Amino acid sequence: MIVKKISFQVNDRKVALEVDVRASLLDILRDSLHLTGVKKGCSVGECGACTVLIDGEPYDSCIYLAVWADGKDINTIEGEYKEGKLSKVQQAFVDEGAVQCGFCTPGFIMSTTAMAQSGRKFTPAEIKRELSGHMCRCTGYQNIIKAAQKALED
Amino acid sequence: MYDIVNYEEARSVREAIELLRANPGARLIAGGSDLLIKMYNGKITEAELISLRGIPSLKEIKMEADGTIRIGSGATFSRIFSHPVIQEHVPVLAEAVSKVGGPQIRNIGTIGGNICNGVTSSDSASTLLALNAGLRLEGPDGTRLVDVQDFYLGPGKVDLRHEEVLTDILITRENYQGFGGHYIKFAMRNAMDIATLGCVAVCKIKDQKVIADFRLALGVAAPTPMRCPRTEEAVRGRVFSEELLLEAGRTAVTEVNPRTSWRATREFRLQLVEELSKRAFRQAFINAGGVFS
Repeated sequence: MIVKKISFQVNDRKVALEVDVRASLLDILRDSLHLTGVKKGCSVGECGACTVLIDGEPYDSCIYLAVWADGKDINTIEGEYKEGKLSKVQQAFVDEGAVQCGFCTPGFIMSTTAMAQSGRKFTPAEIKRELSGHMCRCTGYQNIIKAAQKALED
Repeated sequence: MYDIVNYEEARSVREAIELLRANPGARLIAGGSDLLIKMYNGKITEAELISLRGIPSLKEIKMEADGTIRIGSGATFSRIFSHPVIQEHVPVLAEAVSKVGGPQIRNIGTIGGNICNGVTSSDSASTLLALNAGLRLEGPDGTRLVDVQDFYLGPGKVDLRHEEVLTDILITRENYQGFGGHYIKFAMRNAMDIATLGCVAVCKIKDQKVIADFRLALGVAAPTPMRCPRTEEAVRGRVFSEELLLEAGRTAVTEVNPRTSWRATREFRLQLVEELSKRAFRQAFINAGGVFS
């Protein structure tokens, strides 16, 4: 087993870890840091359930080696709830009933958060495109798109 | 856990070549969106990986003094799509790379990986073929340049030797200036799908209606991405018309050799070749400044 020492930030907290080079970022977020809001779905970068923000951009953490996280700034769903308050994106998902079984929700929220943080305006077509790397098997897409639109209004 | 028995990070292309020389069983990893999935599925076992991710020069996209557009092999699809040089001078390439997977895949997947894995369904390859792109390969004895068309040797097989690294994709000025193009990806879903067929047309227009130059390239129409030289020859120098579109579609079908796979039958792909060639040609004509008479 080959291990490498890496340090990075997760949800504004500095972390130093020895990681197995075989591990994915998803593996260490869930198993070493217990951030189980990051969901393991397909494991091959198709469903988007494991999406986290790396330096502000969405990535599938299942196909991102843990060693690549060295020096990065990572955000997961656990960092969105601050001082007893849901983020604007989270609140919009609640208000629009965009959560059914909830398994895809953290991923959708992280991609929507990346859009919100970019400060850009998005057309409805662009919102769909930016969320197209996520699958909701309850097929609650209509309300998810509505929630994203609401979260991106100013 | 991925089945990785050794992992090295190269700090420079030189170092990557040295590591390849020292490890005959090693393979390069850039974005990993193909390789890690092959490992997950057990198609690659006991992988010895050399990562190219820590080499900044491979991520550069820029225009050289002579007008050549140089795209580092490690540039991600997202970076290529949003880069001002690509948006301004080769919008058809921006369009093609925007069709890859979904946003998360475009953030990690690299154009170099998309070419070196040698698949016919690569969304970037057909457009690079139509743009007569050149590839710069660096090896122990120096660099060599290969036309992207010659790089493809067969399904999953490319002209990349074990001790070589694809460093840059080059598009010279005479291959993009004045051209308009259009890429169509036909798939069952609009995102997160592999092309059933990919089709790109690029053309240059004279006097608003004469096709001064024309190139048609296809993915999944043969074992490797391909150009359609007979169709191109038939169209060049002609005045644009609906009849010419029909002729282009009919000729393209005679040049391809698609297979039946679980995604689609050969017959369906032949129909797509004919139809999408016409559609891509028409839109490329408009994008190149052509006017219908």
